[in-house]
Amino acid sequence: MSFTLFQILNGLTFAALLFIVASGFTLIFGLMRIVNLAHGAFYLLGGYVAYAVATRYDSFLLGLISAAIVIALLGYVEQRILGLVKGVDLYQVLMSLGLALVLNDSSLVLFGGDTFSVPIPELLKGPFILGDMSYPRYRLFVLLIGVVIFIALWLLMNKTRLGALIRAGVDDSETIQALGINIRRIFMITFMLGMALAGIAGALGGAFLSLYPTADSEILVLSLAVVIIGGRGSLLGAAIGSVTVAMLSTFGQVWFPELAYFVIFGPMALLLAFKPTGLFGKPA
Amino acid sequence: MNFLKKPLLLILILAALVMLPILVGNYQTTLLTLVLIYALLAMSVDIMAGFAGRTPLCHGAIFGCATYGMMYYVSTLGGSTLTGALFGIGLALIVTLIFAILAVRTSGVYFLLLTLALGMIIWGVCQRWTSVSGGENGIRGNIRPDWLMDPFNFYYLVLVVVMIASWVMWRFVKSPFGLSLKGIRESESRMRSLGYNTTLHLILGFLFSGLMAGLAGVLYALFNSFVSPSTVALTQSVKGLLMIIIGGVGTLFGGFVGAALIMGLENIVSSFTERWSMVLGFIFIFTMIYAPEGILGKILKLRNSSSKKSTLDHPTKPVS
Repeated sequence: MSFTLFQILNGLTFAALLFIVASGFTLIFGLMRIVNLAHGAFYLLGGYVAYAVATRYDSFLLGLISAAIVIALLGYVEQRILGLVKGVDLYQVLMSLGLALVLNDSSLVLFGGDTFSVPIPELLKGPFILGDMSYPRYRLFVLLIGVVIFIALWLLMNKTRLGALIRAGVDDSETIQALGINIRRIFMITFMLGMALAGIAGALGGAFLSLYPTADSEILVLSLAVVIIGGRGSLLGAAIGSVTVAMLSTFGQVWFPELAYFVIFGPMALLLAFKPTGLFGKPA
Repeated sequence: MNFLKKPLLLILILAALVMLPILVGNYQTTLLTLVLIYALLAMSVDIMAGFAGRTPLCHGAIFGCATYGMMYYVSTLGGSTLTGALFGIGLALIVTLIFAILAVRTSGVYFLLLTLALGMIIWGVCQRWTSVSGGENGIRGNIRPDWLMDPFNFYYLVLVVVMIASWVMWRFVKSPFGLSLKGIRESESRMRSLGYNTTLHLILGFLFSGLMAGLAGVLYALFNSFVSPSTVALTQSVKGLLMIIIGGVGTLFGGFVGAALIMGLENIVSSFTERWSMVLGFIFIFTMIYAPEGILGKILKLRNSSSKKSTLDHPTKPVS
């Protein structure tokens, strides 16, 4: 199997993981104008929850589900706390930063500074072999989940009433409120959905990137880059952004290991300088 | 900010800063030195956050660039301290210029995000470019000249530098240029239609703010004689921003209040528990809920509302 193909697959599987994190982030940012800087901390905490449950009950699936539920519930709490400073976007961003500090330190207290990996079920272990190619099965599984989540979110946003309400809320939340729709409930549902996605990503990522105390800011910064490239509130933007960032990151690490970060953020900064709203973003 | 024009109060504060090291011990003097350095960083953040209306999260990285520049020049290349300081500040200015050109077209949350990401590039480069930055191990080496080894001498050097820098910043924000930055904060489109080149103004404002952050970074290099990626990390930018928010965004000298409070608390809390970062997070959350205008901001607001009902000057207007 050629080296380049192997790296492309690495990039794609990483993109799938990034998409799961960033799609939740961009939905929340798009609808509520909240930049949730605690998103990375929730991702990491989701991974820890999945690790704890999966090792205890010996079930990867149970770990994944409990991570989604626990993080969604914590998301509910966070949204209530952020609601205390309604009005000024910037205060909410800064507050979520404070929450991120608290959450990270709590994770450190609960799980310590060691590196953990969520155990992979037997079925997904080992390589997938096709002809003379072989590639880890688990990473292909993550790629599959990423694609499934993309399709599910796309259907949710474009084919259901809830999706229509969310899209309308992104464009003009005051008007749909005037139409008699309880926008606050929709905010709440979107926030919890975004958080559940962060939890799922934590569980999935915890198995191949492993979990350690600074993993949260690494994934947060990458998903920030995804959302900045793709544009606020756009699913397609998040997908394209994820593939871009993951490819730049994968190939950057191979070709320019010392400047890997530069390779990711340089193009992003340039794009933003010329198109401040990202590829598919609407003006704020 | 009229009360700072009263010479008596100003003289009292200055006298206290000069006298304090004599009253307290070596350890507290070192702590005070650090407070002054961070106050300078916090004030440099305020130039952007309070006066240009652009809240940045990259000043820790600019600060750290100067620290890295100086450590590299003096410790690795073996240059002199003074040229090392100039080299560090120059490096910080170059980085700031690049940041400014890329970031000034955005505002509000986008500005915050972009500067955060730009700051992370610096962190990533310092972390990975091991042949220059030493990676996780950082750069170590005693770069203080002999006469500065005494903590008292060093304190007075920092005091003089920070006082001069504060005065320069004070003149800067009160100058016509500083007022035009304020105008951009209030309404960029209106300033542009009045014929101001707002982009250029913001770039120059950013550069000035970066110069001050770089100066603080150089002082920090002298203070610490060590630099590692944690000096340029996001937490550093967060710290600088939090200090000015607690002190009062748009009050400039609130940086001293915020820095003293945070450094003091860190010192006290750390002696009881290792959970300082959690405490810092809670301080952030409660400040945002109960006192988003900050301590000095709140005092000034109370004074303003008692002396005159309507005021044209809103020193604590939230940035957005």
